[in-house]
Amino acid sequence: MAKRLPKKDVVIIGLGWTGTIMANELTDEGLEVIAIERGPWRDAPTDFPPSYMQDELRYRVRHELFLRPEQLTFSFRNRIGQTALPIRSWGAFMPPNGVGGGGVHWNGEMWRFLPSDFVLKTHLTERYGASFLPEDMTIQDWGVTYDELEPFYDRFEYICGTSGTAGNLRGKIMEGGNPFEGPRSRPYPTPAQAQPFSHTLFGKAARDLGYKPFPQPSGNLSQAYTNPLGLQMGPCTYCGFCEWFGCSNYSKASPQTTILPYLVRKPNFTARDNSEVTRINVDKSGTRATGVTFIDSSGVEWEQPADLVVLAAYAMFNVQLLLHSKIGRPYDPVANSGVVGRNYTHQTVSTVNGFFDSKKYNFNPFIGSGSIGMCVDELNGDNFDHGPHGFVGGGYMGQVQTGARPIESTLVPPGTPKWGAAWKTAVRENYLSTVKPGAGVHGSFYSYRDIYLDLDPAYSDRFGRPLMRITMDLKENELKQNKFLTDKFAEIIKAMGADKLAVLYRTAPYDISTYQTTHLNGGAVMGADPATSVLNRYLQSWDVSNLFVLGASAFPQNPGYNPTLTVGALAYWAATAIRDKYLKNPGRLVDA
Amino acid sequence: MRSNSRYFFAGVGIALFLAGSAAAGDSDPQEFTQIERGRYLAILSDCASCHTVPGSNQPFAGGRAIETPFGSIVAPNITPDPETGIGGWSDDDFDAAIRKGLRRNGSRLYPAMPYTAYTKMSRDDVQAIRAYLNTVTPVHNDVVANTLPFPFNIRASLRVWNALYFIEGDYKPDARKSAAWNRGAYLVDGPGHCGACHTPKTLLGGDRTDQYLRGGFLQGWSAPDITGDTRVGVGDWSVEDLVAYLKTGHNRVSAATGPMAEVVTLSTEQMTNSDLNAIAAYLKSLPGKQDHPQALPKENPAMVAGAAIYRDQCSACHGLDGKGVAKLFPSIADSPMVKSDDPTTSIRIVVRGARSVGTRAEPTAPGMPSYGRQLDDTQIAAVLTYMRNSWGAAAAPVGADDVARVRSDAALRPD
Repeated sequence: MAKRLPKKDVVIIGLGWTGTIMANELTDEGLEVIAIERGPWRDAPTDFPPSYMQDELRYRVRHELFLRPEQLTFSFRNRIGQTALPIRSWGAFMPPNGVGGGGVHWNGEMWRFLPSDFVLKTHLTERYGASFLPEDMTIQDWGVTYDELEPFYDRFEYICGTSGTAGNLRGKIMEGGNPFEGPRSRPYPTPAQAQPFSHTLFGKAARDLGYKPFPQPSGNLSQAYTNPLGLQMGPCTYCGFCEWFGCSNYSKASPQTTILPYLVRKPNFTARDNSEVTRINVDKSGTRATGVTFIDSSGVEWEQPADLVVLAAYAMFNVQLLLHSKIGRPYDPVANSGVVGRNYTHQTVSTVNGFFDSKKYNFNPFIGSGSIGMCVDELNGDNFDHGPHGFVGGGYMGQVQTGARPIESTLVPPGTPKWGAAWKTAVRENYLSTVKPGAGVHGSFYSYRDIYLDLDPAYSDRFGRPLMRITMDLKENELKQNKFLTDKFAEIIKAMGADKLAVLYRTAPYDISTYQTTHLNGGAVMGADPATSVLNRYLQSWDVSNLFVLGASAFPQNPGYNPTLTVGALAYWAATAIRDKYLKNPGRLVDA
Repeated sequence: MRSNSRYFFAGVGIALFLAGSAAAGDSDPQEFTQIERGRYLAILSDCASCHTVPGSNQPFAGGRAIETPFGSIVAPNITPDPETGIGGWSDDDFDAAIRKGLRRNGSRLYPAMPYTAYTKMSRDDVQAIRAYLNTVTPVHNDVVANTLPFPFNIRASLRVWNALYFIEGDYKPDARKSAAWNRGAYLVDGPGHCGACHTPKTLLGGDRTDQYLRGGFLQGWSAPDITGDTRVGVGDWSVEDLVAYLKTGHNRVSAATGPMAEVVTLSTEQMTNSDLNAIAAYLKSLPGKQDHPQALPKENPAMVAGAAIYRDQCSACHGLDGKGVAKLFPSIADSPMVKSDDPTTSIRIVVRGARSVGTRAEPTAPGMPSYGRQLDDTQIAAVLTYMRNSWGAAAAPVGADDVARVRSDAALRPD
């Protein structure tokens, strides 16, 4: 029997980006808020100090900051009909754990989605006709538009101190920025980061080929910054240990650097770490959440009653908790019914490594930052005519020099032996003269009827609950898209002056063991129709009106950008709806 | 029936107690002006620092152990509880304790209670504090204050101590100085009792008046020189720098940590700007020692090693130019603390790390990680020696033995 705690106004599940944003907004409203976090408390200077944080083995190879699969994992298969097996070591993505969540270990890319991304189905159908889309593709409009989200994009950019060059200021196209971005109401709060040599070279090559390159918008700051909450951030030192690592220089935007120190001073905020929420409780009617049940590190089960429940975990855990709590109808791809688990997506990434003459080129790869970069956006979303190409979607492409960590940076040209003296010589020769853009091609991943999440019939977790099962593969549309983009990207790397290229396309089947990105999306998508979405346009559950579900689980499909800025903007959008609408009149914010 | 009458008598007893408590002292709970003045004077005097256990929800109930070189003294309960607090005290009792260091039985208070400074307050000031304390929730908490070892547990010895170090009497304004300066001097020497930490002490724990506010030592921290000395004091800080430091815990040069972080939270952050300006004007007017030591040459082996360590370990935050980032990463180049004669605090920050104070105006509370595992005693000594003799600064080198001493002392303490 769970021990019952005193009731709070709001319980938030997960204290990452979205949980922190929501907690700060709702405590401002005067509500008593408790956040329950599965992992430990984390604090920049003590938990990832510069004295030992630059440890590639510990953080990258051994996944220090991530959830241990022994605690919770998923099962995986490519296709319906196969038997899924549990993931025992993370590969394709890295589930975060602990206060700050993915905001601790991310690279800091701060992209806005295109206006057309939010009305994708309508837009593509109007431009190309419904028959242009693959039959099993289940893309849909978001139910919210770019213009509605713009003030919240702006808000989150200013909380984070984002460094970048505006490309579209209130409708005016600005030199040096991304000409394809939607209109922004203000310039970026800080100028773009300084770009290393390889980026300058990429920019020049791209310009010569007719592209309009621009600096990647970055949550690693170009200069010291004081955010609207009065929190201080420092300039990025280009240390080269960003993604997979926490930043103790206060220069990477994270909940720790941008909100938490302000939030924890509030008397109406409480946080509980090392406590895993196992269930959202609903009343007999099934339409009202009464709070959550969680288990602490001593194995003691607690019930936290609350008037409002905010599910703010990582996308996958959001979907899983809805399934375990039996909220919303589980998706069935065969019957094509239900919604929870539907429209699960990832990101279609690939790269091209360029090997340059080591006598002429030294890129000083040790200068690295998570999201510096020179990028082009001509081939993203519907920025180009897809008619001749027979696919939809696209992505940005760019050179992003993130560092020269010794274990992962030993790239050698194709054809080099994999070991021995020749390999060593090649590593030495190429270490400083290789352009290795990481996820240089950052493509969209659209949704399909048979790519989804459900509960595994065979495997269960330590509490006896079924594991969540991933059914995921790469479809022809995404493979065509990736081939087209990767070839275009290779042209730019070649034009930079590379002697040899390693062109690494994304290929099927989808590989769960190779890192792609941690941009998992969907499964609890937002939309205008309860038959095809779990949440309404305010991220409110259609079924349980005092439950809001934040995060990329709401994305109906994934555009060709990194998700965090949109995740944050949607959290502010939902928080504003709660503050301005829901609290005045609790209940469904949208009739259906 | 029987049990009811017993409750009745118990009720009478409580009523009598309450009446007795209200009779102790002449303060009038309706006297808003006096009570409010007392509340502010209690902030200026930082009473809560010793008399409230940190994190406790029982203000002024005592019980916090105060470390002194002679052993720990536990701060008593100063809530109006008649039995275990000061509810039973008369106004004269209270005045004698605060301004004369006398207990109710006539014996002496230990000078861990800064009556040596509080004596500068007027009787009216002290009665205002009393009036305020009479309004706080009485807490029944019996504190055994004297936990000192022999022979310091013999209070009679304090007669001699007082004869040596205690000058009783209200603050006497200096007519040649401005009202602001006089206010500053009163705040610093009276309620603020800055000298308790910042003036060096004799072996017996008395002030070395010839070195007034030139830096002291307490509880494993060295408190910096806060005179107008331009090298190790606040002479190069503007009045605005000082006010920002006291109000927000941070300024363009430095950040409050250790015991001063608590002073900022409980006291200076809550002071009025005019009082902070007065304190700043007064401190800056103090000449300090103004000595000019020679910088170590760059070729000195410790300087060479220190420069390399600084570049490797420190410059990411504090900058190659040593300037740091205002309000976030202290400026090593401009910090008087770095050049202090006593390097204890600098060593401690490197060995153990430190957390600066979070305030309403500056909530970030940035921290410095510990380098105690990364760097050995010789390396820490070298990098501090380098910091103390670079960017135009000059100060005595730090020895590995200094680092060893602080390291072993800090290992026994909480952060």
